[in-house]
Amino acid sequence: MSKMHIRTTINGDQVDFLGSPQQSLLDALRDEVGKLGTKEGCGTGDCGACSVIVDGRLVCSCLMLAAEAEGAEITTIEGIAEGDGLHPIQEKFLEHAALQCGVCTPGFIVATKALLDRNPDPDERTIRYWLAGNLCRCTGYDKIVRAVQDAAQELAHEA
Amino acid sequence: MGEFAYVAPRSVADAVGVLQDHANNGRRAQVLAGGTDLLVQLRGLDKAPRTIVDVKKIEETNRLDIGGDEIYIGAAIPSAILNENEELKSLLPGLIESADLIGSTQIQGRASLGGNLCNSSPAADTIPAMIADRGICVIAGSGGEREVPVEDFCTGVGTNVMTGDEFLLGLKFPRPPANTGDAYLRFIPRTEMDIAVAGAGVSVTLDGSGTCTAARVGIGAVAPTPLLVADAAAALVGTTVDDEALAAAGAACSAAASPITDKRGTVEYRRKVVAVLCRRAGAIARDRALAA
Repeated sequence: MSKMHIRTTINGDQVDFLGSPQQSLLDALRDEVGKLGTKEGCGTGDCGACSVIVDGRLVCSCLMLAAEAEGAEITTIEGIAEGDGLHPIQEKFLEHAALQCGVCTPGFIVATKALLDRNPDPDERTIRYWLAGNLCRCTGYDKIVRAVQDAAQELAHEA
Repeated sequence: MGEFAYVAPRSVADAVGVLQDHANNGRRAQVLAGGTDLLVQLRGLDKAPRTIVDVKKIEETNRLDIGGDEIYIGAAIPSAILNENEELKSLLPGLIESADLIGSTQIQGRASLGGNLCNSSPAADTIPAMIADRGICVIAGSGGEREVPVEDFCTGVGTNVMTGDEFLLGLKFPRPPANTGDAYLRFIPRTEMDIAVAGAGVSVTLDGSGTCTAARVGIGAVAPTPLLVADAAAALVGTTVDDEALAAAGAACSAAASPITDKRGTVEYRRKVVAVLCRRAGAIARDRALAA
C-alpha cells in the first residue's frame, strides 16, 4: 500500500512522516512519530483520551486521518510542559491527585490547556461541559475540576 | 479489492472529477468532511478500501455568508465555528442549538451540518432544525449544481438523493423575517451526548399582533427519515401559538410519526414524546419571535 508523505508541525517542531491513507492521526502520532503520550481509549471519539490540539481546536486524534493533518500545527501532551518543568496544569493535577491509572490524564491535560487558552477564568459549569468529552473511570471528576480551577488561578497569578 | 487512497481536491470541479472517475470505473469513493461518523465506520462496521475525498480544502464548503436575503453555511464548517458566530446564533438560534447538542468539545471542533445531513441518520439532530428553517441543500455534481430542500434530501436510513458523482457544498436558509423565532428540542435519557429518542424543530413568524403568519415543523428519530410536518405548521398559522394550537401541532406530529421500537424507546413512547417536544419547541420559537 502506498504511503503518503505528511508534513506537520508538532509541538513547535517540523515533523514529516509517512502514513497510510486510512491511518488515524492517533495511530500516526504513536506509530510513525513515536509520540506515545497520546493514549488510545475507545478509538471512536467517545472518551477523549487521544485529545490533541490541531490548529487551535481540541480534537480527538482517533477521529482524524493523519493525512488531514497535512500542514497543521499540532499540540500533544508532550508539548504542554516548557523545558524540564511541568506546566502549572500538570502540577495541579498532581497536587490535587486528579489521576489514578493515568490513561485519561494526557487527554484531560490537553483539553484543559485548550480551555484555559480560550477562557482563562471558566466557571465550574463551563469546566464540566468543556471536559464532558473526556472520561475518567478511576478518579471521579471532582478532583479534576478542582485541579483545573486551581490551575486557572495559578496561571492568572503568573500572568 | 482496491486500495485505500486519500485525496483533498481544492476545487469543486476537481472533487467532482474524482467522484465521477470512481463512479464510472466502479471504484468506491467516500466524501469526508469532519469525519466524526466516517472514521468510526472505518474502524468498525465498514473497513473496505476506498478513496476518501476530503472536501474541506474547497472554498465553497467552508464559506459562511450572512446576506440580506439569504444565509449560506458551507457543508464542512465545524459546529464550534458556527456556535462562535454571534450573528448567526441570533438569527437561527434553534439551528445552532441543534448543532451544539451533538457530541463533546472535541466532536464540535470537527462535526459539521453537512456531515450530519449526509450521514442521513433518522435521528440526526440538525436535520429537523434545518427543515424548520427552510434549509436548501446545494449539491455539486457532473451536471453542475442543483438544489434540494432539506426535507427531500434523505431517502431512508443512511441514504439520500445524492448520486455517486455528487457532494454537498453547503446549505442555504432564507434570512428569517422580522418577528421570527426557531427552536429545536430532543429527548435523550441523560443530559448530554446521546442519540435522540425523538426530536422536533419549529420555526414561527408572527405579525404585529402576535398572530402566526408562517410556520414550519420538522421531526426526527420517529420515522426512517426526518420529516416536514405540514399539518403541524398549519395548526399554528392563524393562531397566537397558544396552548391549544401547540397541542394541535403536537398531535399532528404524533400522527405523522411512524417510529420503531428499539432500546431507546417504544413506538408509543416516541409518538407521545414527539408531540411534547413540538409543543415545547413551538413555545420557545414563539417567545423568540415575540422578542425578536
